[in-house]
Amino acid sequence: MKKKSRYLIGVIPLVLVAGLLVALWAGLSHQPSIIPSPLIGRPAPPLTLPRLAHPDRQVTRLVFKNHVTLLNVWASWCVSCQYEHSTLLWLQRHGVRIIGLDYKDHRIPALAYLKKYGNPYVQVAYDRRGLATINWGVYGTPETFVVGPHGHIRYKYVGPIPQPVARRTILPLVQRLRLDESVS
Amino acid sequence: MNRIRILPVLLMAFLLANAARAVENHPPLANPVLERRYQHLTEEIRCLVCQDQNIANSPAPLAANLRYEVRRLLFAGATNAAIKRYLTRRYGDFVLYKPPVQPDTWLLWFGPFALLLIGLTMILLLIRQKSRLYKREHGRTPAS
Amino acid sequence: MIAEIGLYALILAFFMAASQTFFGLAGAGTGRLRWMAITRPAAFGQLFFMALSYGCLTDLFVTSNYSVRYVAKYSNALMPFFYRVAGVWGAHEGSMMLWMLVLALWTGMVAVFSRKLPVVFANRVLGVLGAIACGFFLFTLITSNPFVRLLPPALHGGTLNPILEDPLLVIHPPMLYMGYVGLSVAFAFAVAALIGGRMDAAWARWTRPWTLAAWIFLTVGIVLGSFWSYYELGWGGWWFWDPVENASFMPWLIATALIHSLAVSEKRGAFKSWTALLAIAGFSLSLLGTFLVRSGVLISIHAFAMDPRRGMFILVLLGVMSALALAVYVWRAPLLWEDGGGFRFLSRETLILFNNILLVAGAAAVFIGTIYPLFIEVFGLGRLSVGPPYFDHVFIPIMFPLFILIGIGPYLSWKSGSLRALFRRLWISALLWLLVCLLLLLLAFDSHWPPMTWLGVLFGSWVLLTAFVEPIRRLWLRFRREPVRLPNGVLGMSLAHFGVGVIILGITVSTTLGVWRDMPLKPGQSYRMAGFRYRFDAIGPARGRNWTGVRATFSIFHQGRLFAVVHPEKRHFFPDGGTTTNAAIVGGGLHDLFVSLGNPLGQGKWSLRFRYEPMVIFVWLGGLLMALGGLLALADRRYRIALEVRPYLPIEDSSNSPDQAEEESP
Repeated sequence: MKKKSRYLIGVIPLVLVAGLLVALWAGLSHQPSIIPSPLIGRPAPPLTLPRLAHPDRQVTRLVFKNHVTLLNVWASWCVSCQYEHSTLLWLQRHGVRIIGLDYKDHRIPALAYLKKYGNPYVQVAYDRRGLATINWGVYGTPETFVVGPHGHIRYKYVGPIPQPVARRTILPLVQRLRLDESVS
Repeated sequence: MNRIRILPVLLMAFLLANAARAVENHPPLANPVLERRYQHLTEEIRCLVCQDQNIANSPAPLAANLRYEVRRLLFAGATNAAIKRYLTRRYGDFVLYKPPVQPDTWLLWFGPFALLLIGLTMILLLIRQKSRLYKREHGRTPAS
Repeated sequence: MIAEIGLYALILAFFMAASQTFFGLAGAGTGRLRWMAITRPAAFGQLFFMALSYGCLTDLFVTSNYSVRYVAKYSNALMPFFYRVAGVWGAHEGSMMLWMLVLALWTGMVAVFSRKLPVVFANRVLGVLGAIACGFFLFTLITSNPFVRLLPPALHGGTLNPILEDPLLVIHPPMLYMGYVGLSVAFAFAVAALIGGRMDAAWARWTRPWTLAAWIFLTVGIVLGSFWSYYELGWGGWWFWDPVENASFMPWLIATALIHSLAVSEKRGAFKSWTALLAIAGFSLSLLGTFLVRSGVLISIHAFAMDPRRGMFILVLLGVMSALALAVYVWRAPLLWEDGGGFRFLSRETLILFNNILLVAGAAAVFIGTIYPLFIEVFGLGRLSVGPPYFDHVFIPIMFPLFILIGIGPYLSWKSGSLRALFRRLWISALLWLLVCLLLLLLAFDSHWPPMTWLGVLFGSWVLLTAFVEPIRRLWLRFRREPVRLPNGVLGMSLAHFGVGVIILGITVSTTLGVWRDMPLKPGQSYRMAGFRYRFDAIGPARGRNWTGVRATFSIFHQGRLFAVVHPEKRHFFPDGGTTTNAAIVGGGLHDLFVSLGNPLGQGKWSLRFRYEPMVIFVWLGGLLMALGGLLALADRRYRIALEVRPYLPIEDSSNSPDQAEEESP
């Protein structure tokens, strides 16, 4: 083999290794277990569940019509949910409309939870077995969706919402969507 | 030490009390073809909670729910592809252990074979070179 | 007090390693004998202080000294003594200490056995090993100090992940680490030779036993790891193509390619630069594995600490070591390129080339599959999972040609093999194999075996039938009073290849013909599966030293007669540990029966999983046979002689000894 091609062959592994290192370095700042939702930009999936406080009444997709709404998946047994509860109340105080989705829970502890810690929800849907929630691609609690005025999902946050995220991302998003709604 | 003696009983009580919410593993489906498909599918679907297991083996409640959905869809006559589509529409491609074959996974699926081909080519060229060298060293090829 | 001694010993060990590096490399570079004389003592010093430091950490664990943060977090006085000792390496900091202890051990062994090597070369090897050690010492001291105090001390300990409380915990990580770290020796040999600008057949002969030793440990470590998963995790799997499993498998594949390539380098003086590249790649993959486990970059059941800062450090370590080594390679390899004589297409050299390319392609498949999700995510193309289906479709087919060639390679001569000789060697095996095919066709024709079963069984039996041809031939000749030797090297190779056949059979049959079922049952009920009847006799609370749980009793009947009574359990560990599912496994040689307890379903019913795993024991058996074969090869007279006799003088290329071709071991 000629001299130049020898060096070339030796350099290839070096280049590959460099590329790998860069990718790994970039990977360090990612959180692999958070899964992005494929539903963003799509219409809100079907939702037909009894209400938590009024078992004879239902929550359906119509609840999203003509409003900018947050759908917050929670449960009374979920420890992380407690971390975001005050943030949810803060959002409610700032005029954000939140629908709750009680996931794999029992009515009595759930109602007691809301009574004790405050109720940020306009309505609460009750999914005892957790099957209906699969349509929304929910895989844990808490999870929060922002649904636009035309019923499309605009944003999803996985995990308890930290105050800064509520302040800097969610609230402005809600306000922006409301502007779009009033314009159109 | 009395506390320790009570604990096993408490544990049983705890487990039994949560029975209603417990992971439901269903008996095998009556139709063996469906059962085989069910096993095959659940082994290929990733649990999103215990992300290092498939839903066939994961103890997470979500896995139980997803298994239930798979069975429901199987009974409803859905094909394997339709069931996978159902799940990826909701959870994305992450939920499949077998990545789809599409342009952004060509490197994944065909890369190793491409590498193998390149390697084989290089080897064959090397062998040809060495073979010629051998012939030069030993005159004509000796009778074997 | 002990903690401080441990820490100071660690620091001293670091200084020893630093001296070893400096005097080794600088001494060799400048030719100063007085400097080079310091290297070995420094290496022994590193070993001494590292052992001391590790011993201190173990003492802290055994005495449950909760004033040290690491101990308080991961140990508990209620743990049995055994697990307190082994628990040292159950979490990140301790496992790093083990890593470094093992590295110090290998370094010490190299220091002892390198007295026969040329001084300059030996010093460079020790220097490179020292540099690696320094990197890890810095990492540990800066980011993962196990001796950090916890004041005020905790009142109660934490606990080990209960899954890790198992006898195999004592053996699996040390074996694996011996393998991972052992590859650093081959790495050091390669880099040292590259720096020195000379790499000859003698170099290959020195490197081979070290690589073989590391390979043996890696094989045992991986086999133990999968065996452990099998009976510990509760649902019968033993290999998941999990990123960390892959991280141990890739170096293994490369190490296998390396031992074969070294054979060519030793016998024929050929492929030296390729061998050097493999040596560098092998250890780099070990480092990559270390990175993957600890950085949180990939999701894995084995993952340790999820600390990006630590991840960054190891990434830098990995980057620096592999980049430097590759740079040295690029700089020097062209010098070594043209080597060895010619060889024909039909020769052992060719087959080993094929062996290498197939193994490397296999390793590439595993690598691409493991890293791809990360790649996709980093480039913003969404989230993807790459799991067993991918590897089954990509990795396994790449291995198929290898399974055929493994039966041919050993029976072709070096340089120029002949088809006639090959046929003479293999005609009996080929005939037997055809017989086996026929038998299988007759017996299994209507048993609905999937195609993969056929493939696996046919490949496996081919490998089994061709493995021992050479030893049998030689023994036959010895029986006929002919002066033929049967070196351990040949026997070892045959045994190892035989082990490969066994493992192929085991993997194929257990995965393709295995059956599992979930069944809700209550005491008194029975379930039939795969020819066995499982009767649920009882279930009740149970207790252990640091756990409480439930224990079920099952009677298993085969054709009416009692086959076994088993006790699957579910254990909950306190103070705050998780729950383990202890499946009951009953082995019958040709099959394993598995009963695993799930959750209660109310009304006295419990969810149960039954598994039937035919021939799964062959998987572990095959692996062990491979390791044994390697051990036998290591015990070959050549190496023992090299250890005893005259000091070795560096000579020029000693490859082409024509009379060696027929007689010698591979």
